[in-house]
Order: sequence, then structure tokens, then C-alpha cells
Amino acid sequence: MAKKEYAFYPGCSSQKGASASNYLTSVNAMCDKLDVSITEIPDWNCCGASIGYAEGGELPRLALSARNFALAETHLPGKEMVATCAACWLAQREVKERLDHSEVLLKETNEALAAAGLQYQGTTPIRHMVEVLIEDLGYEALKKPVVKSLEGIKFAGYVGCQTNRPFGIAGESFENPVYLDKLVETVGGEAVPYDQKVTCCGGALAFSEPEKSQKQIRDIVESAYDHGAEMIVTPCPLCQANVEIYQSEINKKQGTKFSMPVLYYSQLMTIAYGGSAKEAGLDGQLIKAKKLEDIAGK
Amino acid sequence: MAEMKTAAYICSGCGIGERVSTAQMAKIAQKEGKMALVREHACLCDESGVQTIKDDIEKEAVTHIVIAACSRRAKTEAFNFPAIALSRANIREGVIWSQPDDADRAETTQEMADDYVRMGCAEVKKMKVPEGNPNRASNKRILVVGGGVSGMTAALEMADAGYDTVLVEKSAALGGWASQLAKRVPSKQPYADPADTGIAELAAKVSSHKHIKLHLNSTIAQTNGAPGRFSVDIAQESGATVTEEVGALIQATGFTPYDMMKLPELGAGKSPNVVDQLGLEKLVKAANGSPVKRPSDGGEVKSVVFIQCAGQRDEAMESGGKHLPYCSGHCCATSIKQAMYFKDANPDIDTMVMYTDLRVPGTGEDFYRSGQQKGVTFTKGKTSSVEAAGSDGKDACKVNFRDLILNEDVSIEADLVVLATGMVANSGMNIDIPEEEVARMEVKPISILNLNYRQGKDMPQLKNGFADSHFICFPYETRRTGIYAAGPVRRPMDMTQAIEDATGAAMKAIQAVENASLGRAAHPRAGDLSYPIVRLEGCTQCKRCTVECPFGAIDEDEKRFPVFNESRCRRCGTCMGACPVRVISFENYSVDTVGMQIKSVDMPDEFSEKPRILILACENDAYPALDMAGMHRRSYSAFVRIIPVRCLGSVNTIWITDALNGGWDGVMMMGCKKGDDYQCHFVKGSEMASYRMSKVDDTLKQMGLETERVASYEVAITDIERVPQLINDYAGKIKEIGMSPMKGFA
Amino acid sequence: MNQQATPYRNDFLREVEKNVEEGHWVKMCMQCGVCAGSCPLGSAWAHPPQEIFMMIRAGKREEVLTSDSMWMCTSCYNCMVRCPRQLPITHIMHGLANYAHRLGLAPKGQPTQATATLFWNNLIKKGRVNELTFSLALYFKDGFVQGIKNALGMQSIGLGLMKAKRLNPMEILGGHGVKDQAGLQAMIAKAREIEDRKKGFAK
Repeated sequence: MAKKEYAFYPGCSSQKGASASNYLTSVNAMCDKLDVSITEIPDWNCCGASIGYAEGGELPRLALSARNFALAETHLPGKEMVATCAACWLAQREVKERLDHSEVLLKETNEALAAAGLQYQGTTPIRHMVEVLIEDLGYEALKKPVVKSLEGIKFAGYVGCQTNRPFGIAGESFENPVYLDKLVETVGGEAVPYDQKVTCCGGALAFSEPEKSQKQIRDIVESAYDHGAEMIVTPCPLCQANVEIYQSEINKKQGTKFSMPVLYYSQLMTIAYGGSAKEAGLDGQLIKAKKLEDIAGK
Repeated sequence: MAEMKTAAYICSGCGIGERVSTAQMAKIAQKEGKMALVREHACLCDESGVQTIKDDIEKEAVTHIVIAACSRRAKTEAFNFPAIALSRANIREGVIWSQPDDADRAETTQEMADDYVRMGCAEVKKMKVPEGNPNRASNKRILVVGGGVSGMTAALEMADAGYDTVLVEKSAALGGWASQLAKRVPSKQPYADPADTGIAELAAKVSSHKHIKLHLNSTIAQTNGAPGRFSVDIAQESGATVTEEVGALIQATGFTPYDMMKLPELGAGKSPNVVDQLGLEKLVKAANGSPVKRPSDGGEVKSVVFIQCAGQRDEAMESGGKHLPYCSGHCCATSIKQAMYFKDANPDIDTMVMYTDLRVPGTGEDFYRSGQQKGVTFTKGKTSSVEAAGSDGKDACKVNFRDLILNEDVSIEADLVVLATGMVANSGMNIDIPEEEVARMEVKPISILNLNYRQGKDMPQLKNGFADSHFICFPYETRRTGIYAAGPVRRPMDMTQAIEDATGAAMKAIQAVENASLGRAAHPRAGDLSYPIVRLEGCTQCKRCTVECPFGAIDEDEKRFPVFNESRCRRCGTCMGACPVRVISFENYSVDTVGMQIKSVDMPDEFSEKPRILILACENDAYPALDMAGMHRRSYSAFVRIIPVRCLGSVNTIWITDALNGGWDGVMMMGCKKGDDYQCHFVKGSEMASYRMSKVDDTLKQMGLETERVASYEVAITDIERVPQLINDYAGKIKEIGMSPMKGFA
Repeated sequence: MNQQATPYRNDFLREVEKNVEEGHWVKMCMQCGVCAGSCPLGSAWAHPPQEIFMMIRAGKREEVLTSDSMWMCTSCYNCMVRCPRQLPITHIMHGLANYAHRLGLAPKGQPTQATATLFWNNLIKKGRVNELTFSLALYFKDGFVQGIKNALGMQSIGLGLMKAKRLNPMEILGGHGVKDQAGLQAMIAKAREIEDRKKGFAK
């Protein structure tokens, strides 16, 4: 398999010691096994995610993402950008669409960028890691490195919102995307039918409207249980955090007994490719994924 | 006329030979049917079978044949012998397919096949090959009443096809309402902006066409005749009358806008700033490119409110008549267009369309989006009233409405208010209103066509005062053969639809004159050359045929005898069914062709436990449903004998009487649905039959028979599962009430 | 900047078109209601997007801008992919929220608005989010006492995250950041300047 190279945008939550740092650990291990090389964009900045709009407004928000593109174009020319965070990917993808289709906004953004000594060219597309896996490598290639099948562990493939809407992965349906299920099956897991697959976890409002968000999270976890899932798998750091972290809150307030591990797809793949529990970032789980740890230990 | 020589052909193909004895059927045809020639064949429809028949016709001088094989609806190209009288005994669909292949049913199956042979022979001996009306009318000119978009389109279509056309227009100029529009709703991609009406070009084409003769300032004084031989008296402005001989007519008399003054609650009449859609077109045209000014004081127009469904879609109509109950279809798109007049001139003018439902089907959706792009706003709201604000009604109006999305009552100001009122058809007189009631009316209705027809001066009206054209299953067909309504006179429509409608009517008018010149019927019995023949010596002048004809084909002469107009006739036979003295018949379909079938069957006695049930099935829906039940191998009682009739309206009560007297245990009449949502292919036939049968109960009681012995059913062509069930249920009922006491008295 | 808008006339609509992100789409709404039905937090909106669009067209400037409705948007984009007119509803709602906030009309103490401001101020400082200081700022946004309560309530979770190395108490000392902080901040300031000029916020 030819070596694939990308310019990498980690996003704030994947930084060392941050809430999705174990995601990055597993992504590094996975890319290693897949012979995919990701080079961090030097001096990248926060994209503003999905809550930046309220204080940031339109142009400052566009400028934030445009700076990242400009840096990639300057320092890693010819390489496509890839992001592992759903919100980072979506925010920057939207900015690219906006700038590529509006001469006025492009001009104004570059005017702002000039103050930082940069210019946006618009030559670098941005992909989500799952897009790279599915479109550039393909399921067959993803299956090859599997040395430890996940022994039919039942996963609920929780796609969530932002990898799914409004762009979607590989042209899939918004109402029932199946890419995550297919990834699970590729590594030997079993994807259970799951009706909360694309339900919003509350996103950034988990911080500001905890009750409303936790109602969503409860539905998501409950449905996973109802469909026989042992673990939930997701491609978004905020979904992972929200759905995992608040289970104890929900248990406290509503008397449930949730204890459903929430994993990233990259963690599954790392284990399946023979990586250790540490390499898969399993030590970062608040709710331990015991079965995966066991497989890793074998 | 050649001497009658009969022949019967018994086919054993399609499995007939395996289920019944064709030899026995042949013997019956010879001995009982008295056929001069009887042949059996393994597959009558193949080349050798057809050749056999052709040879007999040529060499044996055969003139009347019975084919005992498949249904008359099958193999019509193979069994096509135009100069020969033909009767088809339905042995395949009607017998071997509808009867289960059980050993214990073999006997009754044979009896069924034998009876159908008897019936076929009885029928054919009473048939003559129709030769068509010797007095055919062959004028192929066509007259169009109305010079608007519809009339002009129809005239041009026919003229371009080579038919001489006469166009009569009551006003001084061609163009109708369309010529009063500033612009029209676009009919071409990208459906974004108002477009040129194109009326000027259309009128120019009409005025200069070599095949079109124009009568302006003229109306129709009287219309006489029938397709192929209409004589139309045209009253001109000068007072003189001109007569045009034509073969068909098209009524394209359009509409009158609903009288805005009936809507005072919407401000009509209270302020000159409240106009209807045509009123707005006038203002725009008069302004001729400069900004439209407020009519009351010439002030600047900064805001316009369009109120949709003004005096339309009014539910109150049901409870006793305020405004129009229907939607006129075009008005939403028209209001968007009018809003665009303002936006295109000055985007700062606020235009709001107030609707409860917005109807812009098809490409209208693109036009709607374009309107929104231009900044026309749309509010879902119900207007309660429009006031002329200011003491003397000179200032902006106040529109009071309820916003149905925000659920609030609101009051806003508008410089101009445009009411989207509806279309009222210029259809002439409603001929269904009895004469006494018309006599009492203060304002007498004015006829448009002034038809000298027994059944009335104008086209029958469908719903809501719109002139007939279109009856069920045959769009663009009409209940007045040779006269076609087109355009908004027959239902509310916009210009694009009117052009299409007029084209359809033109095609039909051409078809009518061509048919008339050949003596042929139009739909549904397209091509039929038979027509009603009357033995006037026996006529009692009861008028039933004249009044009951669904197509008004029969007039009355000075001596009050019926006058049959062949080219107006659809050959349904309702007149034949109506006549109490049975003086009306068709050459190939008469009281005898059916009556003799009824009398020809072998009637078992009252101890046989084998009842006989007669089914009279209309050929349009019921008979095909029965055939298809057979094709699906849905079994039904072996005791039924089915006779197809042209329409239940053609069923003469003598058939019922004869059947009952002959010992038949039951009679089922199967026809199409009647009523407001009728399916009857001749519009009123099944309704007539139902009305006549309502009198039959008394007769039955007099004969000492149970009322169940005669029953009527509405059958649709899709009732493949239902119709065998109906038959079996009825057979069960007959079994219950027992055999007819009339057996043995025949 | 708190002018009244004329009911059902286009002045507020025009203001929204000019000053609100993607505001020129508001006139294309056909009031079908699919957005309202698709929103996961739909029942929490005093006025769902469909009504907001109608209210804009009805000139209800104050009701719209002081409403907390658009702050309920979680950016799930369900409305946007289902809208038959393809309105970018998510962005219009965000645009309205931002505009209301800039005008000072957003409801006082609206939690999402407060959170968003804390988030933005956090990320702008060094160019990357400092999750520790952000969380602390969040807990203490309603005052010291409430802050202590919040922190204690999230205690076990906080400790769990720290143990899992997903929360770094050392970030109190500064945390991650870009090298070119000056350049970043100049860029943001410039962007803000251009936008304020366009939307009439310039001093």
C-alpha cells in the first residue's frame, strides 16, 4: 500500500492532557499500522467549533479557520488537510465552501489574514479522518491489518451530527448512515441496529443547558442498551465526552444504572490491528472497556 | 340484401375441447340453433381457422356466423369480418375458466356451454350488418364561439390542419381578458419573470389566416342540426343575421370575473384603492411604464397587499350561498406576477401576498421562488376586513387579518389592496332548471348557443355552472356530440392550460366532423355504424326517449313525434330501453337480439335443483370484470347465463318480464356506478336503469314473485374478486327463496 | 440601535438581510414547519425557526432579538438538511443570536450566550482552548458560591478525567497556545473591524 501523507489538524481537545488526548493516541497508533503519515500543521489555531459564532461573529470565525488553511498551504503544500474532530472538520469545511463561493468574503478574509502575514489560497481540501479511511483507503485495505478480530462485540454505531450533516461521509444518507457500522464489522465487531444513530447529544449546550443535553444523552445510551449493545463507538470527541462523562450524572439524577463504555473508531481499529491497550488510549476511558482491554492483552 | 345463410363454428382450442363436448355443442347449433352450416375446429383464431370462415363466406354465401370460442373481447383482429353479422358465444372466459375443473361440475359446465351456443344462434338470426346512415352529413367546417386565448388557439389549430373555421366574437376585438393583461405568468424556462402575453401576435395570425372567417361584434342567434350538418344563425351588430353551415362547434366563451362589489367587507366599493386583479392590470397598463399611483389621490404607492381567495373557496356556499365555493387555480401565480410588477420597478415597494394556502403547482413553484428572491413576502393569514382608513376613504387602506402562523390578530396599512377574485363561467343557461322556475326569474338567463334542441338551449352544466365537456373516462368528450367546450368556460384555468384545452377541443371537433361524414359514432362506441331505427307507426309519443337520452340527440317535430339525429347519437340504446312499446332498435342490437337469447335457453324444471339466473352485464365495466374474473380462474355459480348489453340504460323492461315469465329464477343487472361520482360511460344510462327498476317491485308483487328475483349492482372494471362473490351470494339467495313458480308455464 | 420596525413591512427583513449571517435567505422560507419538527431541542424553543422567520417578516424586531429561542440551537444541522427551500437555518439562527448579542438585546444571563463568550475569550487569548481555565470560568460564571457548588458537584468526574490524563491541572499555568499570538490577535481585530464597518457597529 502506498504511503499516504496528510497535513494534520488535531484540534484543541486532542492536545496532550486535553479531553480527547486518548483519541489522538489511538489515531497515531492506527495511522502507523495503516502506513498513513500525518504531519501536524505548524502553529495551528482553534477553529472556533460550533459555539464560536456567538461572540466571534462571521468574519473573525472565517479568519480563524482560514489561518489554518493558509498555514497548511504554506508549510505543507500539496498535502490535503485531515482533522479528527468532527466540529473542527465541519467548521473548516464550511469556511472553505463559504470562501470558495464568495469573492467578497474571500477578499475580506484575506484582508484580515494579512494582519498575520498570511493569505488563503483555497487549494487545500479538508477531510475528516473517517473520510480518508473510507474513501482513500477503502474497507478492504482497512481489513488487511486486522490480526485480532473483535470477537463479535456488539457496538452501537453512534454517528451523531457533524460528520453526518450537512455534508455526510461518502455521499451517505443523512437519516441512516452506515459507515460506522461497516467500520465496526471490518474489524470483527457486530454493529447493532440503532435508532439513535444520528441524534444530537446536545453538543456545546452540554455545558450551558445540562438538563436538555442530558435528556438527549439518556436517549442515546438507553437505546444502545435496548438494542443489545455492549459499547458505543463514535467519530466525534464532543460526543464521546458528553455521552461518556454524563452517564454518572444521569444515574445520580434519574436513578439509571448506565455504565456503557464509549469508544472512538480508531481505538477499535488499533486493538484489532494488534495494538496494546495503552496504544489504543484505553486508559483514557472513564468507563472502562474491559472486553477490549482483554482482547488487547491476549 | 343477400339472403341470410347461417353458420356456427365451435372451437376446441384453449382447453375448451378438454372440458366440454364440442360435438354436443355442434349438434345443438345444428338441431336447435338451426344453423345451416356447423363446423368444429381445433383453433379457430389461427390462419387455418380464419381461412375456413373466409372460405365459407366466399364460397358458401354465409352471411351470419356464430363463433363459440373465447369472449367477444378477445381476438377481434382475427375474427374481423366487416360485412358479416357476428355473434360470439363466450365459452372460454365465460364457461371453462369460470367453472372449476371438477368431475362433479362437468355436467353443469356442459349445460352452460350448450346454452351459450343456443343464445349465440338465437342472437345472430336477429342481427343485420349495419351499413350506416344513408343520409350522412359531411360538412367539415367548424365554428368557434369566443375570440379569447382559447377560441383563437382552437381556430388556429384547426385552420392550420386545413379545416375551414368560423370564429364568432361578441366584442369588437379579438383577445379576450388576456389582451387586458400587462404581462402574463411565464410559461418558459426559467419561469422567473412576467412575460409578454403574446396576444397581439395570436390575434394577428387569426385575422390573417386564409382558413379563418371572422365575425366580430356578433352572437349566436340560433343553432340547428347535428354534427356534420349544423346550421348556425349569427346575429351581427347591424341587426342582420348571417347563417353559417358547419360540422362542429367549439364553445370558448371564457369567464366573467366574480363581481368584486359582492365583497364590501374586503373594502370593495369603499375605496378606489381596493381593486381586483383585472383592475390592477388596468392600472399598470395605464401607467405605461411609470410608477403606479394610488387611485384615490394620486399618492405614491409604497405598499401593496394581495388578498387571495377573495370571494372564493367559501365554505358558506354549502350552507346557502355566499361566494364561490371553488378555487380558480391561477390567482396565486397571478398575484405573484402582479407583486413582481412593483418589485421589478422599485424593490423598495413592500408587496405582501396574504394566503391561507398557496397554490402554484408545477413550474409555478419556480415562479414562487423567484418572487421570494425579489423580496415579495408571503403571510399565511385570513383577512377579516379591509377598511378605507381616513374619513373620506382617500388615504391608505387598513387590512385587518389573523396571522395563522403567529396566531395573532393584526392590522396593517396598505396603499393598494388587490383582491384575487374568481372566475365565473360564461356558460349560458342552466338547462336543468325547470321552465316554470326560469319563468319566475327576474333576470332571465341568456343563452349562448341557443341550441334548437329538445333538451335545452345550451350545453349541460357540470358543477358550479361550468359548461360540460369531459365526461368520465373520456376527457374532452362532451354530452352534446359535436359541440365542445374549451377554456375557462369549462373549469377555472390559466392561459397555458387554456391553450392545451383548446387544442384538445380542436382535435375532438375534427374527429367529430370526420366521424359524421362516415356515419360513425364517437366514444365510447367509436366507429359504430348502427344507429336507432324507429317504427314511428307504433310510437305513442310518450317522450321518454326524448327526455332520457343522455346526449340530447332526439328532438321533437311539429306533430310531437321524436326526431332522431344520428350524428348526435352515441348508440348507447337508452332510448331503446326507455320505449314502452319497443319501437326503437339498432340493426345489430335490438329487443329481439337480447330477447330471443333469453328465450332460447334450456330451462330445467322446478324439481331439478338447477336454477337459472340471467345476468345483464354492461359491456363497459361489468362484462370485462366478468371476463377477467374468468382469466383469474375465480369461479362462480354454474347457473348463471350472461348477456352483454351496451349500457344498463338500454335494458328494456320487456326483457325482465320475458325472463320471469320464462321461468328464470333471478335477474342480476350489472352496470357502472351512477350518481355525482358516476362511472357510467354514457353518463346517465345506469341512472335511468336504476330509476326504471325502482318501479319493478310492484310488477313482481303482482306476478306473485319475491322482490329478490330482480337485483341491480354497481360493478367497476376492477371488481375482479368482487363480482364472482356477488354472483355466488345471489345464487345462494335464490337457493334460499327457492325455484321460480313460473316454470312450466312458458 | 433599538428602533421599532413597521409591522409586516420589510424594514426589519432588510436589516436582517444586511446584518445577519445568511440573512438574505429568510425571505425564501415557505413556512412548511419541517425545521420546527426536526429540532432535537425543539420543545425548548419559545419560537421555532419557522416562527422566527415569520416574525422577522412581520417586523417583530424586539421579540425576535430578545428571544432566547435561537440560543437553543446545538448546531446539529437537522433542520438544514431537511429544509425544502435549503435555507441554511443553523447559520441564520447563529447569525441572529450573534446580532442580538452585539446589539445588547440577548436575554440577560442566557447560559449559552455566556458560555460562548467565555469560550471565545478563552481561545482568543492564546489561540487554542485551555480546557481547565474554560471549565473553571464556566463553573464560576454565576458567582463564587455557585462556582464552588458546581465544582464540587463535578468533583468525581473531574478527578476521573484527571486520572485518565484528559484534564491537566497544570494548564492553570497557561496551557497550550500558538506561537504567533500577536499575529492571531491582530488578525481577529482586523476581521472584527471589517465586520463592524459592514454591519453598522463601527464607532
